[in-house]
Amino acid sequence: MPKITYIEQNGKEHTVEVPVGWTVMEGAVKNRVPGIDADCGGACACATCHVYVDPAWQAKLKPRAEMEAQMLDFALELKPNSRLSCQIKVTQELDGLVVHTPKSQH
Amino acid sequence: MDRIVIIGAGQAGAQAVASLRAEGFAGAITLVGDEPFPPYQRPPLSKAYLSGDYARERLFLKPDSFYAESQCDLRLGVAAVDLDRKAKTVTLSDGAGLPYDRLLLATGTLVRKLPVPGAELPGVHYLRGIAEVDGLRPELVAGKRLAVIGGGYIGLEVAAVARKHGLDVTVIEAAGRVMARSASEPVSAFYEAEHRGHGVKFLLGAMAQGIEGRARVTAVVTDRGSVAADAVLIGVGVVPDTSLAESAGLPCNNGIVVDEFAATADPDIFAAGDCTNHPDFTGGRVRLESVQNAIDQAKHAAASMLGKGTAYCEVPWFWSDQYDLKLQIAGLARPGDVIVPRGDPASRKFSVFHLRGGTVAAVEAVNAAPDYIIGRKLIAARAQPAPERLADISIPIKSFV
Ligand SMILES: Cc1cc2nc3c(=O)[nH]c(=O)nc-3n(C[C@H](O)[C@H](O)[C@H](O)COP(=O)(O)OP(=O)(O)OC[C@H]3O[C@@H](n4cnc5c(N)ncnc54)[C@H](O)[C@@H]3O)c2cc1C
Ligand code: FES
Repeated sequence: MPKITYIEQNGKEHTVEVPVGWTVMEGAVKNRVPGIDADCGGACACATCHVYVDPAWQAKLKPRAEMEAQMLDFALELKPNSRLSCQIKVTQELDGLVVHTPKSQH
Repeated sequence: MDRIVIIGAGQAGAQAVASLRAEGFAGAITLVGDEPFPPYQRPPLSKAYLSGDYARERLFLKPDSFYAESQCDLRLGVAAVDLDRKAKTVTLSDGAGLPYDRLLLATGTLVRKLPVPGAELPGVHYLRGIAEVDGLRPELVAGKRLAVIGGGYIGLEVAAVARKHGLDVTVIEAAGRVMARSASEPVSAFYEAEHRGHGVKFLLGAMAQGIEGRARVTAVVTDRGSVAADAVLIGVGVVPDTSLAESAGLPCNNGIVVDEFAATADPDIFAAGDCTNHPDFTGGRVRLESVQNAIDQAKHAAASMLGKGTAYCEVPWFWSDQYDLKLQIAGLARPGDVIVPRGDPASRKFSVFHLRGGTVAAVEAVNAAPDYIIGRKLIAARAQPAPERLADISIPIKSFV
Protein backbone atom coordinates (compact mmCIF):
# COMPACT_ATOMS: atom_id res chain seq x y z
CA MET A 1 0.00 0.00 0.00
CA PRO A 2 1.34 3.46 -0.86
CA LYS A 3 2.68 5.43 2.09
CA ILE A 4 1.82 9.09 2.44
CA THR A 5 3.42 11.57 4.78
CA TYR A 6 1.49 14.50 6.18
CA ILE A 7 3.50 17.24 7.87
CA GLU A 8 1.77 19.63 10.24
CA GLN A 9 2.65 23.32 10.54
CA ASN A 10 4.56 22.54 13.74
CA GLY A 11 6.70 20.02 11.88
CA LYS A 12 5.03 16.90 13.25
CA GLU A 13 5.05 14.13 10.66
CA HIS A 14 2.48 11.38 10.14
CA THR A 15 3.30 8.60 7.69
CA VAL A 16 0.37 6.31 6.95
CA GLU A 17 -0.62 3.66 4.42
CA VAL A 18 -3.48 4.61 2.12
CA PRO A 19 -5.21 2.14 -0.21
CA VAL A 20 -4.92 2.75 -3.95
CA GLY A 21 -8.10 4.47 -5.18
CA TRP A 22 -8.70 6.35 -1.95
CA THR A 23 -7.91 10.02 -1.72
CA VAL A 24 -5.15 11.81 0.15
CA MET A 25 -7.92 13.42 2.24
CA GLU A 26 -9.28 10.02 3.27
CA GLY A 27 -5.80 8.87 4.21
CA ALA A 28 -5.65 11.73 6.70
CA VAL A 29 -9.17 11.40 8.08
CA LYS A 30 -9.03 7.62 8.52
CA ASN A 31 -5.73 7.92 10.34
CA ARG A 32 -6.72 10.89 12.45
CA VAL A 33 -4.07 13.17 10.99
CA PRO A 34 -4.99 16.60 12.33
CA GLY A 35 -5.41 19.71 10.18
CA ILE A 36 -7.79 18.40 7.52
CA ASP A 37 -11.48 19.00 8.22
CA ALA A 38 -13.05 17.67 5.00
CA ASP A 39 -16.54 18.79 5.97
CA CYS A 40 -18.13 17.68 2.68
CA GLY A 41 -16.47 14.27 2.77
CA GLY A 42 -14.68 14.66 -0.54
CA ALA A 43 -17.33 16.18 -2.78
CA CYS A 44 -15.13 19.16 -3.73
CA ALA A 45 -17.77 21.34 -2.12
CA CYS A 46 -16.20 22.74 1.05
CA ALA A 47 -12.48 23.48 0.46
CA THR A 48 -11.62 22.41 4.02
CA CYS A 49 -9.17 19.71 2.89
CA HIS A 50 -6.51 22.12 1.61
CA VAL A 51 -2.88 20.87 1.60
CA TYR A 52 0.42 21.97 0.13
CA VAL A 53 2.09 19.34 -1.97
CA ASP A 54 5.79 18.98 -1.29
CA PRO A 55 7.64 20.66 -4.17
CA ALA A 56 9.48 17.41 -4.94
CA TRP A 57 6.12 15.78 -5.76
CA GLN A 58 4.31 18.56 -7.55
CA ALA A 59 5.23 17.47 -11.05
CA LYS A 60 4.11 13.88 -10.38
CA LEU A 61 0.50 14.82 -9.69
CA LYS A 62 -2.19 15.22 -12.29
CA PRO A 63 -3.04 18.92 -12.60
CA ARG A 64 -6.06 20.36 -10.80
CA ALA A 65 -9.38 19.94 -12.53
CA GLU A 66 -11.43 23.07 -13.11
CA MET A 67 -13.81 22.64 -10.15
CA GLU A 68 -10.90 22.04 -7.79
CA ALA A 69 -9.06 25.09 -9.10
CA GLN A 70 -12.17 27.22 -8.70
CA MET A 71 -12.78 26.06 -5.14
CA LEU A 72 -9.10 26.48 -4.20
CA ASP A 73 -9.07 30.00 -5.46
CA PHE A 74 -10.83 30.95 -2.25
CA ALA A 75 -8.77 28.91 0.20
CA LEU A 76 -6.77 30.76 2.86
CA GLU A 77 -3.10 31.29 1.98
CA LEU A 78 -3.26 29.85 -1.49
CA LYS A 79 0.11 28.85 -2.95
CA PRO A 80 1.14 27.41 -6.31
CA ASN A 81 1.41 23.98 -4.68
CA SER A 82 -2.02 24.18 -3.02
CA ARG A 83 -4.38 21.28 -3.63
CA LEU A 84 -7.66 19.98 -2.30
CA SER A 85 -6.55 16.65 -0.87
CA CYS A 86 -9.91 15.02 -1.63
CA GLN A 87 -9.18 15.48 -5.31
CA ILE A 88 -5.84 13.63 -5.25
CA LYS A 89 -6.44 9.92 -5.89
CA VAL A 90 -3.81 7.67 -4.42
CA THR A 91 -1.96 5.52 -6.95
CA GLN A 92 1.04 3.23 -6.59
CA GLU A 93 3.13 5.98 -8.22
CA LEU A 94 2.32 8.27 -5.32
CA ASP A 95 4.01 5.95 -2.81
CA GLY A 96 6.09 8.30 -0.65
CA LEU A 97 4.05 11.44 -1.37
CA VAL A 98 4.61 14.26 1.09
CA VAL A 99 2.01 16.95 1.79
CA HIS A 100 1.92 19.78 4.31
CA THR A 101 -1.25 20.76 6.15
CA PRO A 102 -2.10 24.48 6.46
CA LYS A 103 -2.46 26.56 9.62
CA SER A 104 -6.24 26.63 9.30
CA GLN A 105 -8.95 25.38 6.99
CA HIS A 106 -11.39 28.17 7.79
CA MET B 1 -21.18 17.83 35.09
CA ASP B 2 -19.57 14.58 34.08
CA ARG B 3 -21.89 12.51 31.89
CA ILE B 4 -22.97 13.45 28.39
CA VAL B 5 -25.22 11.14 26.39
CA ILE B 6 -25.76 11.60 22.66
CA ILE B 7 -28.69 9.92 20.93
CA GLY B 8 -28.17 9.36 17.20
CA ALA B 9 -24.83 8.15 15.83
CA GLY B 10 -24.86 10.11 12.59
CA GLN B 11 -23.13 13.15 11.15
CA ALA B 12 -24.10 15.45 14.04
CA GLY B 13 -23.51 12.85 16.76
CA ALA B 14 -19.97 12.10 15.56
CA GLN B 15 -19.15 15.79 15.26
CA ALA B 16 -20.41 16.39 18.79
CA VAL B 17 -18.06 13.74 20.19
CA ALA B 18 -15.10 15.32 18.41
CA SER B 19 -16.08 18.85 19.44
CA LEU B 20 -16.73 17.95 23.08
CA ARG B 21 -13.24 16.50 23.38
CA ALA B 22 -11.69 19.37 21.41
CA GLU B 23 -13.39 21.77 23.86
CA GLY B 24 -11.73 19.94 26.71
CA PHE B 25 -14.64 17.96 28.16
CA ALA B 26 -13.08 15.19 30.24
CA GLY B 27 -16.20 13.38 31.46
CA ALA B 28 -17.94 10.32 30.09
CA ILE B 29 -19.48 10.39 26.61
CA THR B 30 -21.94 7.76 25.41
CA LEU B 31 -23.03 7.76 21.77
CA VAL B 32 -26.10 5.67 20.99
CA GLY B 33 -27.07 4.65 17.46
CA ASP B 34 -29.84 2.32 16.34
CA GLU B 35 -28.11 1.41 13.08
CA PRO B 36 -25.51 -1.36 13.28
CA PHE B 37 -22.82 0.95 11.83
CA PRO B 38 -20.59 3.61 13.35
CA PRO B 39 -21.43 7.15 12.19
CA TYR B 40 -21.21 7.48 8.42
CA GLN B 41 -21.72 10.04 5.73
CA ARG B 42 -24.92 9.75 3.75
CA PRO B 43 -24.20 11.88 0.65
CA PRO B 44 -22.30 9.11 -1.18
CA LEU B 45 -25.21 6.71 -0.58
CA SER B 46 -27.19 8.05 -3.53
CA LYS B 47 -24.05 8.67 -5.57
CA ALA B 48 -20.76 6.72 -5.58
CA TYR B 49 -21.76 4.11 -2.99
CA LEU B 50 -24.93 3.17 -4.86
CA SER B 51 -22.90 3.05 -8.04
CA GLY B 52 -20.77 0.34 -6.48
CA ASP B 53 -17.41 2.01 -6.88
CA TYR B 54 -17.00 3.11 -3.29
CA ALA B 55 -16.24 0.63 -0.53
CA ARG B 56 -18.46 0.71 2.54
CA GLU B 57 -15.63 1.49 4.95
CA ARG B 58 -15.00 4.74 3.08
CA LEU B 59 -18.39 5.96 4.32
CA PHE B 60 -17.41 5.89 7.97
CA LEU B 61 -16.76 9.37 9.31
CA LYS B 62 -14.13 8.33 11.84
CA PRO B 63 -11.89 5.29 12.27
CA ASP B 64 -12.72 2.97 15.18
CA SER B 65 -9.62 4.24 16.96
CA PHE B 66 -11.28 7.65 17.22
CA TYR B 67 -13.98 6.36 19.56
CA ALA B 68 -11.50 4.41 21.63
CA GLU B 69 -9.08 7.29 21.98
CA SER B 70 -11.91 9.76 22.61
CA GLN B 71 -13.10 7.41 25.35
CA CYS B 72 -16.50 7.44 23.75
CA ASP B 73 -18.75 4.55 24.73
CA LEU B 74 -20.26 3.72 21.35
CA ARG B 75 -23.50 1.72 21.66
CA LEU B 76 -24.56 0.55 18.22
CA GLY B 77 -27.63 -1.38 17.14
CA VAL B 78 -29.65 -0.14 20.11
CA ALA B 79 -32.28 2.57 20.13
CA ALA B 80 -33.12 5.05 22.83
CA VAL B 81 -36.74 4.20 23.59
CA ASP B 82 -37.54 6.35 26.60
CA LEU B 83 -36.46 9.69 27.96
CA ASP B 84 -37.24 10.49 31.60
CA ARG B 85 -36.39 14.14 32.09
CA LYS B 86 -37.07 14.11 35.83
CA ALA B 87 -34.76 11.21 36.49
CA LYS B 88 -32.40 12.46 33.73
CA THR B 89 -32.17 8.97 32.31
CA VAL B 90 -32.48 7.50 28.85
CA THR B 91 -33.61 3.91 28.47
CA LEU B 92 -32.28 1.84 25.59
CA SER B 93 -34.00 -0.94 23.67
CA ASP B 94 -31.69 -3.49 25.32
CA GLY B 95 -33.01 -2.37 28.70
CA ALA B 96 -29.95 -0.38 29.72
CA GLY B 97 -30.55 2.87 31.57
CA LEU B 98 -28.20 5.77 30.84
CA PRO B 99 -28.15 8.60 33.37
CA TYR B 100 -27.03 11.94 31.94
CA ASP B 101 -26.10 15.40 33.09
CA ARG B 102 -26.49 16.78 29.59
CA LEU B 103 -28.24 15.10 26.68
CA LEU B 104 -27.86 15.74 22.95
CA LEU B 105 -30.59 14.60 20.57
CA ALA B 106 -29.15 14.06 17.08
CA THR B 107 -31.77 11.67 15.76
CA GLY B 108 -31.90 12.91 12.16
CA THR B 109 -34.86 12.06 9.96
CA LEU B 110 -37.03 9.17 8.86
CA VAL B 111 -38.06 8.68 5.24
CA ARG B 112 -41.55 9.83 4.46
CA LYS B 113 -43.54 6.71 3.60
CA LEU B 114 -45.73 6.85 0.54
CA PRO B 115 -49.24 6.04 1.74
CA VAL B 116 -50.38 4.06 -1.30
CA PRO B 117 -51.38 0.42 -1.70
CA GLY B 118 -48.54 -1.84 -2.79
CA ALA B 119 -45.77 0.27 -1.27
CA GLU B 120 -44.67 -2.79 0.74
CA LEU B 121 -44.14 -5.02 -2.31
CA PRO B 122 -40.72 -6.56 -2.91
CA GLY B 123 -38.84 -4.39 -5.38
CA VAL B 124 -40.01 -1.15 -3.77
CA HIS B 125 -37.18 0.75 -2.09
CA TYR B 126 -36.55 3.79 0.05
CA LEU B 127 -33.12 5.32 0.52
CA ARG B 128 -31.85 6.62 3.81
CA GLY B 129 -29.13 4.35 5.10
CA ILE B 130 -26.49 1.78 4.15
CA ALA B 131 -28.91 -1.11 4.56
CA GLU B 132 -31.36 0.35 2.06
CA VAL B 133 -28.69 1.05 -0.55
CA ASP B 134 -27.36 -2.48 -0.18
CA GLY B 135 -30.91 -3.62 -0.94
CA LEU B 136 -31.29 -1.33 -3.94
CA ARG B 137 -27.95 -1.94 -5.63
CA PRO B 138 -28.72 -5.48 -6.90
CA GLU B 139 -31.63 -3.93 -8.83
CA LEU B 140 -29.22 -1.87 -10.91
CA VAL B 141 -29.10 -4.30 -13.81
CA ALA B 142 -28.88 -2.96 -17.37
CA GLY B 143 -32.19 -3.14 -19.20
CA LYS B 144 -34.36 -3.22 -16.08
CA ARG B 145 -37.04 -0.58 -15.68
CA LEU B 146 -36.75 1.67 -12.64
CA ALA B 147 -39.57 3.99 -11.61
CA VAL B 148 -38.47 6.79 -9.31
CA ILE B 149 -41.28 8.36 -7.32
CA GLY B 150 -40.20 11.86 -6.35
CA GLY B 151 -38.05 14.22 -8.41
CA GLY B 152 -36.01 15.71 -5.55
CA TYR B 153 -32.27 15.42 -5.03
CA ILE B 154 -32.23 11.81 -3.96
CA GLY B 155 -34.59 10.66 -6.72
CA LEU B 156 -32.58 12.47 -9.36
CA GLU B 157 -29.23 11.34 -8.05
CA VAL B 158 -30.45 7.76 -8.13
CA ALA B 159 -31.87 8.30 -11.62
CA ALA B 160 -28.45 9.48 -12.79
CA VAL B 161 -26.69 6.45 -11.30
CA ALA B 162 -29.31 4.09 -12.74
CA ARG B 163 -28.92 5.54 -16.24
CA LYS B 164 -25.17 5.08 -15.93
CA HIS B 165 -25.90 1.41 -15.22
CA GLY B 166 -28.12 1.16 -18.30
CA LEU B 167 -31.55 1.02 -16.69
CA ASP B 168 -34.66 2.42 -18.27
CA VAL B 169 -35.61 5.20 -15.84
CA THR B 170 -38.87 7.11 -15.38
CA VAL B 171 -39.20 9.84 -12.75
CA ILE B 172 -42.71 10.44 -11.44
CA GLU B 173 -43.14 13.82 -9.75
CA ALA B 174 -46.27 15.38 -8.29
CA ALA B 175 -45.13 18.97 -8.86
CA GLY B 176 -44.91 20.47 -12.32
CA ARG B 177 -41.10 20.51 -12.20
CA VAL B 178 -38.21 18.62 -10.63
CA MET B 179 -36.58 19.78 -7.37
CA ALA B 180 -39.59 22.08 -6.99
CA ARG B 181 -39.23 22.37 -3.23
CA SER B 182 -35.64 23.47 -3.21
CA ALA B 183 -34.55 24.87 -6.56
CA SER B 184 -35.56 27.85 -8.68
CA GLU B 185 -37.31 27.37 -11.99
CA PRO B 186 -34.26 27.94 -14.20
CA VAL B 187 -32.31 25.31 -12.24
CA SER B 188 -35.22 22.84 -12.34
CA ALA B 189 -35.62 23.32 -16.08
CA PHE B 190 -31.90 22.84 -16.64
CA TYR B 191 -31.76 19.61 -14.61
CA GLU B 192 -34.83 18.20 -16.26
CA ALA B 193 -33.30 18.85 -19.68
CA GLU B 194 -29.98 17.27 -18.62
CA HIS B 195 -31.73 14.15 -17.36
CA ARG B 196 -33.81 13.93 -20.53
CA GLY B 197 -30.58 14.26 -22.51
CA HIS B 198 -29.28 11.24 -20.57
CA GLY B 199 -32.40 9.29 -21.46
CA VAL B 200 -34.47 9.70 -18.30
CA LYS B 201 -38.21 9.93 -18.88
CA PHE B 202 -40.46 12.18 -16.79
CA LEU B 203 -44.04 12.10 -15.70
CA LEU B 204 -44.51 15.51 -14.10
CA GLY B 205 -47.62 16.72 -12.31
CA ALA B 206 -48.49 13.07 -11.69
CA MET B 207 -49.60 11.65 -8.35
CA ALA B 208 -48.59 8.07 -7.61
CA GLN B 209 -51.74 6.32 -6.47
CA GLY B 210 -50.66 2.76 -6.08
CA ILE B 211 -47.99 0.18 -6.80
CA GLU B 212 -49.01 -2.99 -8.59
CA GLY B 213 -47.60 -6.47 -8.60
CA ARG B 214 -48.09 -9.92 -7.15
CA ALA B 215 -44.85 -11.39 -5.91
CA ARG B 216 -42.97 -8.27 -6.93
CA VAL B 217 -43.67 -4.79 -8.20
CA THR B 218 -44.71 -4.59 -11.86
CA ALA B 219 -46.02 -1.03 -12.24
CA VAL B 220 -46.69 2.30 -10.59
CA VAL B 221 -50.20 3.62 -11.11
CA THR B 222 -50.57 7.40 -11.29
CA ASP B 223 -53.42 9.76 -12.08
CA ARG B 224 -51.72 10.29 -15.41
CA GLY B 225 -51.35 6.68 -16.41
CA SER B 226 -49.27 3.78 -15.24
CA VAL B 227 -45.54 3.17 -15.53
CA ALA B 228 -44.28 -0.39 -15.92
CA ALA B 229 -41.45 -1.08 -13.50
CA ASP B 230 -39.16 -3.88 -12.34
CA ALA B 231 -38.12 -1.80 -9.35
CA VAL B 232 -39.30 1.36 -7.65
CA LEU B 233 -37.41 3.93 -5.63
CA ILE B 234 -39.53 6.17 -3.43
CA GLY B 235 -37.85 9.48 -2.61
CA VAL B 236 -40.60 11.76 -1.37
CA GLY B 237 -38.75 13.45 1.42
CA VAL B 238 -38.09 12.88 5.07
CA VAL B 239 -39.65 13.81 8.39
CA PRO B 240 -37.66 14.79 11.47
CA ASP B 241 -37.34 12.00 14.02
CA THR B 242 -38.83 13.76 17.03
CA SER B 243 -40.45 10.75 18.68
CA LEU B 244 -38.19 10.65 21.75
CA ALA B 245 -38.36 14.42 22.27
CA GLU B 246 -42.12 14.50 21.84
CA SER B 247 -42.72 11.63 24.21
CA ALA B 248 -40.75 13.54 26.82
CA GLY B 249 -42.87 16.63 26.28
CA LEU B 250 -40.26 18.78 24.56
CA PRO B 251 -41.73 21.34 22.13
CA CYS B 252 -41.59 20.07 18.54
CA ASN B 253 -42.83 21.72 15.38
CA ASN B 254 -41.42 20.23 12.20
CA GLY B 255 -38.37 19.35 14.26
CA ILE B 256 -37.27 19.66 17.86
CA VAL B 257 -37.53 23.36 18.65
CA VAL B 258 -34.16 24.78 19.72
CA ASP B 259 -32.72 28.25 20.14
CA GLU B 260 -29.56 29.61 18.50
CA PHE B 261 -27.48 27.77 21.12
CA ALA B 262 -29.05 24.45 20.10
CA ALA B 263 -30.81 24.32 23.48
CA THR B 264 -34.29 22.82 23.84
CA ALA B 265 -36.84 23.97 26.40
CA ASP B 266 -35.10 21.69 28.94
CA PRO B 267 -31.85 23.34 30.12
CA ASP B 268 -30.04 19.99 30.13
CA ILE B 269 -31.16 18.84 26.70
CA PHE B 270 -29.76 20.04 23.40
CA ALA B 271 -30.42 19.00 19.81
CA ALA B 272 -28.52 19.23 16.52
CA GLY B 273 -28.75 18.25 12.88
CA ASP B 274 -31.65 17.30 10.62
CA CYS B 275 -34.00 16.81 13.59
CA THR B 276 -34.01 20.45 14.71
CA ASN B 277 -36.14 23.46 13.96
CA HIS B 278 -33.80 26.36 14.68
CA PRO B 279 -33.37 30.11 14.17
CA ASP B 280 -31.81 30.96 10.80
CA PHE B 281 -29.49 33.76 9.75
CA THR B 282 -32.37 35.83 8.38
CA GLY B 283 -34.21 35.98 11.70
CA GLY B 284 -36.72 33.29 10.74
CA ARG B 285 -36.74 29.60 11.65
CA VAL B 286 -35.84 26.64 9.51
CA ARG B 287 -35.24 22.90 9.53
CA LEU B 288 -32.36 21.90 7.28
CA GLU B 289 -31.27 18.58 5.86
CA SER B 290 -27.61 19.05 5.19
CA VAL B 291 -24.15 17.98 6.21
CA GLN B 292 -23.15 21.59 6.84
CA ASN B 293 -25.97 22.09 9.32
CA ALA B 294 -25.27 18.81 11.09
CA ILE B 295 -21.59 19.70 11.52
CA ASP B 296 -21.95 23.35 12.42
CA GLN B 297 -24.94 22.99 14.71
CA ALA B 298 -23.29 20.06 16.50
CA LYS B 299 -20.19 22.18 17.10
CA HIS B 300 -22.35 24.89 18.66
CA ALA B 301 -24.33 22.35 20.66
CA ALA B 302 -21.14 20.84 22.07
CA ALA B 303 -19.90 24.23 23.20
CA SER B 304 -23.31 25.11 24.65
CA MET B 305 -23.43 21.89 26.66
CA LEU B 306 -20.16 22.94 28.25
CA GLY B 307 -21.48 26.38 29.05
CA LYS B 308 -19.46 28.23 26.41
CA GLY B 309 -21.95 28.38 23.60
CA THR B 310 -22.08 31.01 20.90
CA ALA B 311 -25.02 31.69 18.60
CA TYR B 312 -25.29 29.50 15.51
CA CYS B 313 -26.09 31.71 12.54
CA GLU B 314 -23.93 30.33 9.72
CA VAL B 315 -25.10 30.69 6.15
CA PRO B 316 -26.35 27.22 5.12
CA TRP B 317 -24.73 25.43 2.20
CA PHE B 318 -25.49 22.25 0.29
CA TRP B 319 -24.48 20.40 -2.84
CA SER B 320 -25.83 17.75 -5.20
CA ASP B 321 -23.92 15.68 -7.76
CA GLN B 322 -25.72 14.43 -10.85
CA TYR B 323 -23.77 13.20 -13.89
CA ASP B 324 -20.84 15.59 -14.27
CA LEU B 325 -22.82 18.47 -12.81
CA LYS B 326 -22.14 19.97 -9.44
CA LEU B 327 -24.95 22.00 -7.95
CA GLN B 328 -23.88 24.14 -5.01
CA ILE B 329 -26.39 26.11 -3.00
CA ALA B 330 -25.86 28.66 -0.26
CA GLY B 331 -28.36 30.60 1.79
CA LEU B 332 -32.09 30.12 2.00
CA ALA B 333 -34.37 30.72 -0.98
CA ARG B 334 -38.00 31.60 -0.34
CA PRO B 335 -41.01 31.93 -2.59
CA GLY B 336 -41.29 35.52 -3.75
CA ASP B 337 -37.53 36.14 -3.96
CA VAL B 338 -36.40 38.14 -6.98
CA ILE B 339 -34.52 35.72 -9.22
CA VAL B 340 -31.36 36.99 -10.92
CA PRO B 341 -29.85 34.51 -13.39
CA ARG B 342 -26.16 34.85 -14.15
CA GLY B 343 -24.68 33.06 -17.15
CA ASP B 344 -26.24 30.91 -19.84
CA PRO B 345 -27.55 27.45 -18.84
CA ALA B 346 -26.65 26.26 -22.35
CA SER B 347 -22.99 26.69 -21.36
CA ARG B 348 -23.65 24.20 -18.49
CA LYS B 349 -22.13 26.75 -16.14
CA PHE B 350 -24.45 29.31 -14.60
CA SER B 351 -25.97 30.50 -11.37
CA VAL B 352 -29.17 31.94 -10.00
CA PHE B 353 -29.10 34.56 -7.27
CA HIS B 354 -32.07 35.17 -4.99
CA LEU B 355 -32.62 38.69 -3.70
CA ARG B 356 -35.04 39.50 -0.91
CA GLY B 357 -35.68 43.20 -0.33
CA GLY B 358 -32.60 43.80 -2.47
CA THR B 359 -30.37 41.68 -0.20
CA VAL B 360 -28.73 38.48 -1.46
CA ALA B 361 -30.53 35.63 0.31
CA ALA B 362 -29.40 32.58 -1.67
CA VAL B 363 -27.41 31.40 -4.66
CA GLU B 364 -27.68 28.24 -6.71
CA ALA B 365 -24.59 27.57 -8.80
CA VAL B 366 -24.21 24.89 -11.45
CA ASN B 367 -20.57 24.07 -12.23
CA ALA B 368 -19.86 27.62 -11.10
CA ALA B 369 -17.92 27.47 -7.85
CA PRO B 370 -16.84 31.14 -7.88
CA ASP B 371 -20.47 32.30 -7.98
CA TYR B 372 -21.24 29.92 -5.13
CA ILE B 373 -18.36 31.04 -2.93
CA ILE B 374 -18.79 34.75 -3.62
CA GLY B 375 -22.53 34.24 -3.17
CA ARG B 376 -21.89 32.80 0.29
CA LYS B 377 -19.85 35.89 1.17
CA LEU B 378 -22.48 38.25 -0.21
CA ILE B 379 -25.18 36.50 1.80
CA ALA B 380 -23.15 36.65 5.01
CA ALA B 381 -22.42 40.34 4.40
CA ARG B 382 -26.12 41.07 3.67
CA ALA B 383 -24.89 42.66 0.43
CA GLN B 384 -27.23 44.49 -1.89
CA PRO B 385 -25.64 44.33 -5.35
CA ALA B 386 -27.42 45.89 -8.29
CA PRO B 387 -29.34 43.04 -9.97
CA GLU B 388 -28.42 44.10 -13.50
CA ARG B 389 -24.72 44.05 -12.59
CA LEU B 390 -25.04 40.67 -10.90
CA ALA B 391 -26.60 39.34 -14.09
CA ASP B 392 -23.78 40.71 -16.25
CA ILE B 393 -21.13 38.04 -16.72
CA SER B 394 -18.72 40.57 -18.17
CA ILE B 395 -18.39 41.87 -14.60
CA PRO B 396 -16.22 39.37 -12.68
CA ILE B 397 -18.06 37.88 -9.72
CA LYS B 398 -15.07 38.62 -7.49
CA SER B 399 -15.58 42.34 -7.94
CA PHE B 400 -18.75 42.15 -5.86
CA VAL B 401 -16.95 41.60 -2.56
C1 LIG C 1 -29.14 9.55 0.24
C2 LIG C 1 -28.79 10.84 0.88
C3 LIG C 1 -28.00 11.77 0.18
C4 LIG C 1 -27.66 12.98 0.76
N1 LIG C 1 -26.87 13.86 0.07
C5 LIG C 1 -26.49 15.02 0.64
C6 LIG C 1 -25.63 15.93 -0.04
O1 LIG C 1 -25.24 15.72 -1.19
N2 LIG C 1 -25.24 17.06 0.60
C7 LIG C 1 -25.65 17.35 1.89
O2 LIG C 1 -25.27 18.38 2.44
N3 LIG C 1 -26.48 16.51 2.54
C8 LIG C 1 -26.91 15.36 1.95
N4 LIG C 1 -27.74 14.50 2.63
C9 LIG C 1 -28.23 14.91 3.95
C10 LIG C 1 -27.25 14.59 5.07
O3 LIG C 1 -26.77 13.28 4.95
C11 LIG C 1 -27.96 14.78 6.39
O4 LIG C 1 -28.34 16.14 6.47
C12 LIG C 1 -27.08 14.43 7.59
O5 LIG C 1 -26.76 13.08 7.60
C13 LIG C 1 -27.78 14.81 8.88
O6 LIG C 1 -27.04 14.41 9.99
P1 LIG C 1 -27.75 14.04 11.36
O7 LIG C 1 -26.67 13.65 12.28
O8 LIG C 1 -28.68 15.12 11.73
O9 LIG C 1 -28.65 12.80 11.03
P2 LIG C 1 -28.22 11.29 10.51
O10 LIG C 1 -26.88 11.40 9.88
O11 LIG C 1 -29.36 10.86 9.77
O12 LIG C 1 -28.05 10.53 11.88
C14 LIG C 1 -29.11 10.27 12.78
C15 LIG C 1 -28.92 8.89 13.35
O13 LIG C 1 -29.69 8.76 14.53
C16 LIG C 1 -30.25 7.47 14.57
N5 LIG C 1 -31.37 7.48 15.53
C17 LIG C 1 -32.57 8.12 15.39
N6 LIG C 1 -33.35 7.91 16.48
C18 LIG C 1 -32.62 7.14 17.33
C19 LIG C 1 -32.88 6.59 18.62
N7 LIG C 1 -34.04 6.81 19.27
N8 LIG C 1 -31.94 5.82 19.20
C20 LIG C 1 -30.76 5.61 18.57
N9 LIG C 1 -30.45 6.11 17.35
C21 LIG C 1 -31.37 6.88 16.74
C22 LIG C 1 -30.62 7.24 13.14
O14 LIG C 1 -30.85 5.90 12.84
C23 LIG C 1 -29.38 7.78 12.43
O15 LIG C 1 -28.38 6.80 12.33
C24 LIG C 1 -28.11 13.28 2.06
C25 LIG C 1 -28.90 12.36 2.76
C26 LIG C 1 -29.24 11.16 2.18
C27 LIG C 1 -30.09 10.19 2.93
S1 FES D 1 -13.39 17.44 1.47
FE1 FES D 1 -14.67 19.08 0.91
S2 FES D 1 -13.58 19.91 -0.79
FE2 FES D 1 -12.31 18.28 -0.17
